[in-house]
Amino acid sequence: MRYRDVFSIIGPSMVGPSSSHTAGAVRLGLTARALFGGTPEEAEIALYGSFAATGRGHGTDLAIAAGILGFGPDDERIRDAFRHAEEAGVRLRFRTAHRPNVHPNTATIRLRGGGREIGVTGCSYGGGNIAITEVDRFEVKFSADYPTVLVFHEDRPSMIAEIAEILAASGVNIGYMEVDRTVRRGSALTVMELDQEPGAGAIGRIAGLDGVSRVCAVPPVGRAAGGTDA
Amino acid sequence: MRFSTLQDLVLLCEREGVPIGRLMLGEQARETDEPEDRVFERMRGYYRVMKEAVRKGIEEAPVSRSGLTGGDARRVRDYLDAGASALGADAGKAMAYALAVSEVNASMGRIVATPTAGSCGVIPGVFVSAQERFGWSDDDMVYGLFCAGAIGYVIANNAFISGAEGGCQAEIGSAIAMAAGALTELRGGTPEQAVHAVGLALKNSLGLVCDPVAGLVEVPCIVRNGLGAVTALAASDMALAGVRSVIPSDEVIGAMLEIGSLMPEAYRETARGGLARTPTGRKIAQDIRLERRNS
Repeated sequence: MRYRDVFSIIGPSMVGPSSSHTAGAVRLGLTARALFGGTPEEAEIALYGSFAATGRGHGTDLAIAAGILGFGPDDERIRDAFRHAEEAGVRLRFRTAHRPNVHPNTATIRLRGGGREIGVTGCSYGGGNIAITEVDRFEVKFSADYPTVLVFHEDRPSMIAEIAEILAASGVNIGYMEVDRTVRRGSALTVMELDQEPGAGAIGRIAGLDGVSRVCAVPPVGRAAGGTDA
Repeated sequence: MRFSTLQDLVLLCEREGVPIGRLMLGEQARETDEPEDRVFERMRGYYRVMKEAVRKGIEEAPVSRSGLTGGDARRVRDYLDAGASALGADAGKAMAYALAVSEVNASMGRIVATPTAGSCGVIPGVFVSAQERFGWSDDDMVYGLFCAGAIGYVIANNAFISGAEGGCQAEIGSAIAMAAGALTELRGGTPEQAVHAVGLALKNSLGLVCDPVAGLVEVPCIVRNGLGAVTALAASDMALAGVRSVIPSDEVIGAMLEIGSLMPEAYRETARGGLARTPTGRKIAQDIRLERRNS
């Protein structure tokens, strides 16, 4: 059964007009915000495919901006997101672009501020569901439906074991995990989808491991209910 | 859930002596392992969102973000108030309310996807107008939403509910069928009559293509929500009058699956066929693209 829940038929409550072009786009913005770790000073957004072609009419630009500001998919401030961004001191720049072999509803969101910068690419594939496909130069694949932890680290032996050990010690189960590296013994990114929220203690211990440069904990973003496509 | 077809659903209700809405509440609570009252409250919250969207669409007459649509719900309401409506006040109200919710959706207001954002007007249009007419309580309406959800659950799992997969029949057609079945139960019909209403309604939108102008959830989506609400009332009347769906409703769902699977991609939300490809449809799409480039 593809649908298991009455609330995937009646629901979710969302700001229109489209679950893929609006609700999913908010979640892309929310995920980028969580990876950046707060409100940025500057956001540069590239829209591809159908996001570029019909995104404006669907409010995809407003929706991504709203997510960057931390608004959820059913927040009625979405339609005034540009004004709220200005008030929050966030400079937004949108452009449309072409890129071969990406899902039609794809965006790249680059956030800067306080000496930090992160680039996040993801697509919204229907029903408010998203897939994050790239973080900085690393290829990834996660849905932001589960507590997710990203660890940027050196590629060295036993690194993964040490990370897993810390999570195991705090009783957190890893549901899905992948590692991508630039070159052997270069820098790597480990992404883990977890069954439980990791505590701040576990995140701190992972950040303190030798060779770890940064840890991001992304909560399940903007997921009040199962979605349906529109 | 213990059912996967509408026939299973009717048998289960008859065996346990409960209406569809009541049965679905229990099924949902069991599925997610939550107490019934919490599940009920969540659905009540959704009904509040629907009523608020009706109010907003009528009172504020919102304009869509593209500027293409807006204010039609108010126009219809004013026309009804003038007393000349061919439909009559009650069906006219269902139509006006359904338009209102779809216009709120197009203006980036808050709605509940029923089953999708594109078809979000039909169920609130039928429900809120019927509640005003018959004086039902909010609790009654929430059970009605569980009934609509049970019907939609069967359609979604045996066919589809998105325009990209099955054309507009899958979105608006499903919404009308869900509204028709739930209204039949709310008016005292048996589960069997409710399921006949589903088949009667769904047959009327078989083959309906998804051809949105400029790819937006506006033309023809908003008007189809308004007209869909009226069709749901009519199908419910037929079922309560004793009209039966000669082709069993589960088989009608099967026909929708077959038709949608054979439907060319141009008619499945790609905006490459039908109304989207008309001279005016293409011109609107072009104007929107130009406006985007110049801003």
